[in-house]
Amino acid sequence: MAIISNATTILDAGAFSASLGSMVHIKTLTASSSGTLSFVNGASSVVLDDTYPIYKFLLFNIHPGGSSELTFNASDDGSSHAYDITKTTTHHYTVHGESGGSGNQYYVQAEDLAQSTAFQHLMGGTQIGTANSDSHSGELTIFNPSSTTFMKHFTSRTQYISSSSQKYQYDAYQAGYFNTTAALTAFQFKMNSGNMDTGKIKLYGIKDS
Amino acid sequence: MGVISAGTTLLDAGALDSDVATGKMTLIKTLTASNSANLSFVHGASSVIFDGTYDSYVFKFIDIHPETDDAKLMVNFRDGGTAYDAPKTTNFYRAQHGENGSNGQQGYRTDDDLANSTAVQPLTMDIGNGNDESASGEMTIFNPSSTTFTKHFCATSSALYSGNFAMQSFAAGTINVTAAVDGVQFTMESGNFNGVIKLYGIGA
Repeated sequence: MAIISNATTILDAGAFSASLGSMVHIKTLTASSSGTLSFVNGASSVVLDDTYPIYKFLLFNIHPGGSSELTFNASDDGSSHAYDITKTTTHHYTVHGESGGSGNQYYVQAEDLAQSTAFQHLMGGTQIGTANSDSHSGELTIFNPSSTTFMKHFTSRTQYISSSSQKYQYDAYQAGYFNTTAALTAFQFKMNSGNMDTGKIKLYGIKDS
Repeated sequence: MGVISAGTTLLDAGALDSDVATGKMTLIKTLTASNSANLSFVHGASSVIFDGTYDSYVFKFIDIHPETDDAKLMVNFRDGGTAYDAPKTTNFYRAQHGENGSNGQQGYRTDDDLANSTAVQPLTMDIGNGNDESASGEMTIFNPSSTTFTKHFCATSSALYSGNFAMQSFAAGTINVTAAVDGVQFTMESGNFNGVIKLYGIGA
């Protein structure tokens, strides 16, 4: 049954014809002294397949248990979920101290990857501060992870205050590609040491129609 | 009464069915500047929502056109009082390229960052005030209502400088308060401006 209002078809054939918005929330994971947060297609209501051409992770107030850096990786094996996809990436950041020093921009060779299966750092080369009010926020976009033709691109931009006594403000940028033509079916976030005390990561799908 | 189409329940009991995917980027408010000194988004005023309803908020600024030639779009935040004076530590860098092919370059701008300062923060480089000159871009602020953490924001913009340069800017920072941020104000570096700024909430 179709519903037509003022000559406009609102819904038909089991779906809405009218736009209901294009940024769809899929899943929120909340850290509580967590070693990892993992989004796996088909598990716990997570959708990470060709339903959407673009997926976006929003990171909110990631607060580490100890001085450490947030990292991420992907899986393409569909079952055992080894997070070990080969990647080539870039990494740069701007930094500025609360005291006014060191305002500058840098490329970080130590945190880019060259055909490496390691986890990609989402930060600017120093660790998140551990003061109660310190945290890490930002976003990560994955383009067409279900493609079996192309490699998969990602971009990210995150902000945080460093653990140093100078309280440096970082604005970090990462981008790169997962060098596989297999579909990516899962993504995992973890600190490079220790746990995430608190924080939330939200997964959204971006519709293409 | 439910609405079932092709065997799929779309509406029932006064709401969309939970299996219907709906967008989570919600337009909250549009403000239009017309030779205006500022545009302010304040939680609870003029239907503006800027609290814990959404985890993040996105401002889209569209065709910001200054009355004064080569002025930057600026932002500041309020954190409980009525003044837009929250302390911030920020970063700023830009890339530029002239219409004549000259001066393609990028770099960090120490003139446009702040060190735990209550001053206004630039979001763009200088915007020309020729009839067809303007700047557009967006700014995201994460969890502004938190009373535990400081608040992060980031912005990207493109501006047309009066010297016929394309100017891409990247501003970001931490609002260094644990009080909730409940208002955001946009101004120009000098003079008034025209244009549209839209506020969206990103929901769960």
